[in-house]
Amino acid sequence: MLGKLDWSAIPFDEPIPLIAALVVFLAAIGVLAWITVKGFWPYLWREWITSVDHKRIGVMYVLLAGLMLLRGFVDAIMMRTQQIAAVHGPGYLPPDHYDQIFSAHGTIMIFFGAMPFMIGLMNFVVPLQLGVRDVAFPTLNSVSFWLTASGALLVNISLVIGEFARTGWLPYAPLSELDYSPGVGVDYYLWAIQISGVGTLMTGVNLVATILKMRAPGMGYLRMPMFCWTSLAANLLIVAAFPILTATLAMLTLDRYLGFHFFTNGAGGNPMMFMNLIWAWGHPEVYILVLPAFGIFSEVFSTFSSKPLFGYRSMVAATLFICIVSFMVWLHHFFTMGAGADVNAAFGIATSIIAVGTGVKVYNWLFTMYGGRIRFDTPMLWAIGFITTFTIGGMTGVLLAVPPADFMLHNSMFLVAHFHNVIIAGVLFGAFAGFTYWFPKAFGFRLHEGWGKAAFWFTLLGFILVFLPLYIVGLQGMTRRLQHIEIDPWVPWLIVAACGILVMIVGAACQITQLVVSIRHRDELRDETGDPWDGRSLEWSTSSPPPSFNFARLPHVGGEEAYWTIKQRRIEMQDSGEEPAYEPIEMPKNSPTGFVAAFFATLVGFALIWHIWWLAIIGLVGAYATFVVFAWRDVADYEVSAEELERIERAGRAAWFKHREELA
Amino acid sequence: MSDRDHRPEEFSDLDDSAPGEERINEQELAGGLLGYALGFGLAILLTLASFVAAQSGVIYQPAIISALVVLAIAQMGVHLVFFIHLTTGPDNTNNVLALAFGVFIVVLVVLGSVWIMTHLNHNMMPMNGIQMQ
Repeated sequence: MLGKLDWSAIPFDEPIPLIAALVVFLAAIGVLAWITVKGFWPYLWREWITSVDHKRIGVMYVLLAGLMLLRGFVDAIMMRTQQIAAVHGPGYLPPDHYDQIFSAHGTIMIFFGAMPFMIGLMNFVVPLQLGVRDVAFPTLNSVSFWLTASGALLVNISLVIGEFARTGWLPYAPLSELDYSPGVGVDYYLWAIQISGVGTLMTGVNLVATILKMRAPGMGYLRMPMFCWTSLAANLLIVAAFPILTATLAMLTLDRYLGFHFFTNGAGGNPMMFMNLIWAWGHPEVYILVLPAFGIFSEVFSTFSSKPLFGYRSMVAATLFICIVSFMVWLHHFFTMGAGADVNAAFGIATSIIAVGTGVKVYNWLFTMYGGRIRFDTPMLWAIGFITTFTIGGMTGVLLAVPPADFMLHNSMFLVAHFHNVIIAGVLFGAFAGFTYWFPKAFGFRLHEGWGKAAFWFTLLGFILVFLPLYIVGLQGMTRRLQHIEIDPWVPWLIVAACGILVMIVGAACQITQLVVSIRHRDELRDETGDPWDGRSLEWSTSSPPPSFNFARLPHVGGEEAYWTIKQRRIEMQDSGEEPAYEPIEMPKNSPTGFVAAFFATLVGFALIWHIWWLAIIGLVGAYATFVVFAWRDVADYEVSAEELERIERAGRAAWFKHREELA
Repeated sequence: MSDRDHRPEEFSDLDDSAPGEERINEQELAGGLLGYALGFGLAILLTLASFVAAQSGVIYQPAIISALVVLAIAQMGVHLVFFIHLTTGPDNTNNVLALAFGVFIVVLVVLGSVWIMTHLNHNMMPMNGIQMQ
């Protein structure tokens, strides 16, 4: 009846996951009870869960990403403390559990932390910057989000029911095959990633269609803000690369479920093909994460230097160059697998060349700051922290791109330090910069500057303290994923790294405090103008938070930096704010399709993990029925009348002109 | 996924239309019902041709694989022209570029994988006498 599922699936003998799960469970029950007592359910259902508004979906993505970043961070804390607790001893995490933790850490941070954060910011910002009212397929967008949430839920269920993969964040065959991983851990990984991967792919299609097909009048390709360009490149990469991941994991699933031999040791299988294919997705994935971050930094550097972005066209060229070349370097993840010198040399050279594109960007950001009136607000601090530390990570990457050097450094802590150096300094700092930069736009009030700056300095310092020692122990020969330590010279450095993670904990605490303090003092931090940073692109031309339709009239774009031009003209002409004529518009109606489909997808995933076949069939039928019901809808849009537009717009315009008068 | 029948004037671009929404030109070879019928006929013809090529012995034995590859590519061409409506017109630039990008990535990944995997075998220890599982 319940397949492989029985009481032995719950780890009663392992106190750590059980207590952690209990705490999470109680917290979740507490939140749900609070929502029920306060009677927020109708509001949440109407305004958020069924919302197809790209801004609401973007906010929910970022919220999910924040929670998952915390979960992944707890895993990181456990790994760093285990390594100092387990010097010549067992430490507090048995190998079986430790292996699950480093696998869960990587999986959660990449798939459910970094990806949703970037996708959330793209979702929120791209339509606003393009000057349009929503993404190309609003309901599909909601489905994407809820499928991602479904994947995240499955990974977290594995904490209590069963186990997670012990194979690392990429389940290398043949370790991940049934012979060596007979448990449900790898199955949790496979179905969680497949379900959320469908969501990611649909987001990619959605945003590519939005950027190519739905721009405000006059917004030619070479007038799009830099963030839209990097989003376009990142989403093209999603569309091109995620099918490779889906196919590879599907082949592994066939191996595990139906006895196929794609990647097994025997019967003609080839485990090396798994590594080849997974990295053919994995390297573009790196750029899927970091390209949007590059876009965020471009916006931040330009806004807070009060200057247009230096070398806009070279920036576009560098972005597209990275987009293409990122598909030509994947072998550098397995130089040591046994390919000959010419293959290794070709991919090593390609890897060094891709750094040129990033180098162009770094110089452009420096020249953007040069001669500008720089304001050191929190987003700018994250950006400057990025440019200094990311450069170090980039250079160690070029070092690792040299095949002979890679033979020494492969799988060492040097590698671990390198990719954390680029992902934290690049993607995470970018995410935090974007978060503080666009938060006032999303909610209508700024984040508290003092706590934001404290969060930045603690995170930066902690990050340096954690990862510089890891470079050193890596050069001393320490390999990654060690459960216990037997070599004494490594220990002092590992202690420094553990102290570093304490500092990072303070940074994370500051971040949470910042959010709480800002919400409590939201009236003092209120932004009435919609343009708190003196911004340059169209998202700042509408009110904060923007109305559901974003723009009452689509803006007409006359050049690069669309809003800056409009703003300057308004100021020069001493525009008194004559109201334009409004026409009624149609907006997509809310739909529970995404939530219901993801509910059934979760059932399917859980059922397939535990071999509960009847439940899987129910889930599949339910998901298909949801789609059919949606396809049969009669009314897709609702109308916003001209009077309504006028009423909403008038308040925003009045605030803007009042603010300008105060400045003048 | 709202159908945007009532989309504002700003969105309708005469040089650029979504698949399924293009104005069908009955004069074109690939337009209208005739186009679909023609495409269907060609697709059937090419499928039959591949079976004949493989089984009848009309073609010189070692060349059969090349013949099948040629027929397969022709089949793709028929699908792209008659069913996907890929043309060289100005409203198709995006579609052509998307196809080019897709083909480029597929070629990169497939040829790259083949190159890498053959190279791995090339460097393998001689397997004489070692029993494969």
